[in-house]
Amino acid sequence: MNEMLEKAATDDVLAQAESWLSEGRKVALATVVQTWGSAPRPTGSQLAIDHEGQMVGSVSGGCVEGAVIQEAIELMENGGHKMLEFGVTNDEAWEVGLACGGKIRIFVETVN
Amino acid sequence: MDFKLLKELNAARIDKRQVVVATHEETGESTLLYPFEAAGSSPLIDAAKEALRRDKPTEFEGDDGVWFLNIHNPPLRMMIVGAVHIAQKLAPMAAASGYDVTVIDPRRSFGSAFRFPGIHLDDRWPDEALAELAPDRRSAIVTLTHDAKLDDPALEAALSSDVFYIGALGSTRTNAKRHQRLTGKGFTDDQIGRINGPVGLNIGAQSPAEIAISIMAEVTAILRKGNTDDI
Repeated sequence: MNEMLEKAATDDVLAQAESWLSEGRKVALATVVQTWGSAPRPTGSQLAIDHEGQMVGSVSGGCVEGAVIQEAIELMENGGHKMLEFGVTNDEAWEVGLACGGKIRIFVETVN
Repeated sequence: MDFKLLKELNAARIDKRQVVVATHEETGESTLLYPFEAAGSSPLIDAAKEALRRDKPTEFEGDDGVWFLNIHNPPLRMMIVGAVHIAQKLAPMAAASGYDVTVIDPRRSFGSAFRFPGIHLDDRWPDEALAELAPDRRSAIVTLTHDAKLDDPALEAALSSDVFYIGALGSTRTNAKRHQRLTGKGFTDDQIGRINGPVGLNIGAQSPAEIAISIMAEVTAILRKGNTDDI
């Protein structure tokens, strides 16, 4: 495969979301809408998830993706959206994996 | 978000349009905004425009609640016409500032890889090269040749596009002459007024590198603020 096409397929969150939906997969999108402190990914960063838990993109560089995927798959049952917040205190940040102590708000929505 | 909207968004991105996804944080409703193509203005449109200019997604608090504005800007590009000494300094500076840079010069001894390591070079005539590069609203065109045969076709192509920045090297006198030639070609004063010339901010630049800094500063101001009024 052409290297550029391959990169586009694995890197382009929205193109991947569209292609999954075309294949009849269920898809949710997670978007960083606000960050405080040293959050690992800037606002606007996105993650697309399908119903089997495949994902492309990132909202935290690996720290909270697990929790986001779980919420996303639950949302896919009935559709809709949800605002998630991670890293309220340094201790909790450690728990969910935001070891940097940053704080992020992530909007999760299904695409129907 | 619905699938139809996602498809429209991806199509807009492929077409290199500047598009904003506005999502109501309470209702989850999403809509696409094309602030630079919209005729009217509203606080939401203005906020979307500002976010695109700053290259930064943002939250907008409207009468009807909070919207998240996610931006999709096509990549920044700079086409430099004239592989001259200033171009040797400007090209890497623009690349470091996040631009995809192309240096256009049909004179091969100027536009050589030896003089421009790692920079994309195009040895066609500027009008031909620009027709294919299709500069858009996220592109800047800078002419540096001092030679009307090369600069003018590039400026004509630039004026016929919606690039955010056009700059032309040359003294005030050279600029006045150029103005006359372009008027002769049928361009209006308003159109010709889009050309920044003498190019660059007036920072007393002397060396090629300093002139490149003044150009890069002017390009940045116009990209981020839309003008250089308060500089």
